[in-house]
Amino acid sequence: MGEIVQKILADQGLVLAFAVVGGLMLASVAVSRHLTGGRIHASAIAILAALALAWWGGVLTGGKKGLADVPGLAGLALMGGAMLRDFAIVATAFEVDVIEARKAGLMGVIALALGTIVPFAVGVGLAWSFGYRDAVSLTTLGAGTVTYIVGPVTGAALGASSPVIALSIATGVLKAVLVMTFTPMVARLIGLDNPRSAMAFGGLMGTVSGVAGGLAATDARLVPYGALTATFHTGIGCLVCPSIFFLIVRALA
Amino acid sequence: MAIYGTALLALCTLLGAVLGELLGHVLHVKANVGGVGLAMLLLIAAKAWLARRGKLTPGLRLGVEFWGLMYIPIVVAMAAQQNVLAALEGGPMVVIAGISAVTLCFALVAVLGRVMGGRHG
Repeated sequence: MGEIVQKILADQGLVLAFAVVGGLMLASVAVSRHLTGGRIHASAIAILAALALAWWGGVLTGGKKGLADVPGLAGLALMGGAMLRDFAIVATAFEVDVIEARKAGLMGVIALALGTIVPFAVGVGLAWSFGYRDAVSLTTLGAGTVTYIVGPVTGAALGASSPVIALSIATGVLKAVLVMTFTPMVARLIGLDNPRSAMAFGGLMGTVSGVAGGLAATDARLVPYGALTATFHTGIGCLVCPSIFFLIVRALA
Repeated sequence: MAIYGTALLALCTLLGAVLGELLGHVLHVKANVGGVGLAMLLLIAAKAWLARRGKLTPGLRLGVEFWGLMYIPIVVAMAAQQNVLAALEGGPMVVIAGISAVTLCFALVAVLGRVMGGRHG
């Protein structure tokens, strides 16, 4: 029996990873619904749980690949590896409606530009003050402050170290959680009550799960408007962070 | 057929990767420069082109959209294989960066909404 289990674990790595992540999502949906009243998006909980499990995997095995170092869970490395990750991110562009996007007009463009530049500058500045000096790490940490996708995509493109990539993800995930949690509380204060400001909000905040979760908890009718600009955010971040922004940081650092 | 959609997605991703590598070469950056972003733009263009020709079939859409829906689970798997143990050494930086970026952006939503809102009536 043990032999059969060993064989299955070794041969069916990717399939097992699908099942494990599915189980984790299911548990996260339950936690989101019953413990947070739906305020914190299930995807944010799942990602935080995965980071916690990666920490546990690191403690358990002393390896560098988190939970993927645990025997039998190596399939996670393939499922969450660069190939499938980039493939899935490109696929999200399919949901962008160009005609609707054009209606967002100037405000959307300004919001997207500010929403990329401001968090990046904050992230790079803080990384600098915490002692990072090489352009690759600085750019990756700045990109992580844009969204938790832009960070690892930029880090992978530039060849950043895994701890730096993990930090950039942690920053982006924290940002998403903060956006989800605090949007309903500050919505009135920042005038977030109409489609136009929702588009500005989506462009500035960027993180799709943060924006979708935050707007859903504020006014569900605003979700598509925020998501529309937010879906551009990651693509733009992935385009400019490892290119223009990296060259600027390298010139300054 | 769903495979047409997945193949289109693959083609855009591969082409984006090649363009990103070429751009990196031109810019003398030892990296893939914006390959993912370029692939996204290619996919948006391809979708518009197919829609104009009435070739955007439900099967084709399914072949792309499935992977779009898998993006959060894949990101979860990605998070599960990060070197979090090493990342925790930089704890305060993560917290300060997250809070400052979100606070600044919330403030900018208010500013943009007021300034641009007034202009468009």
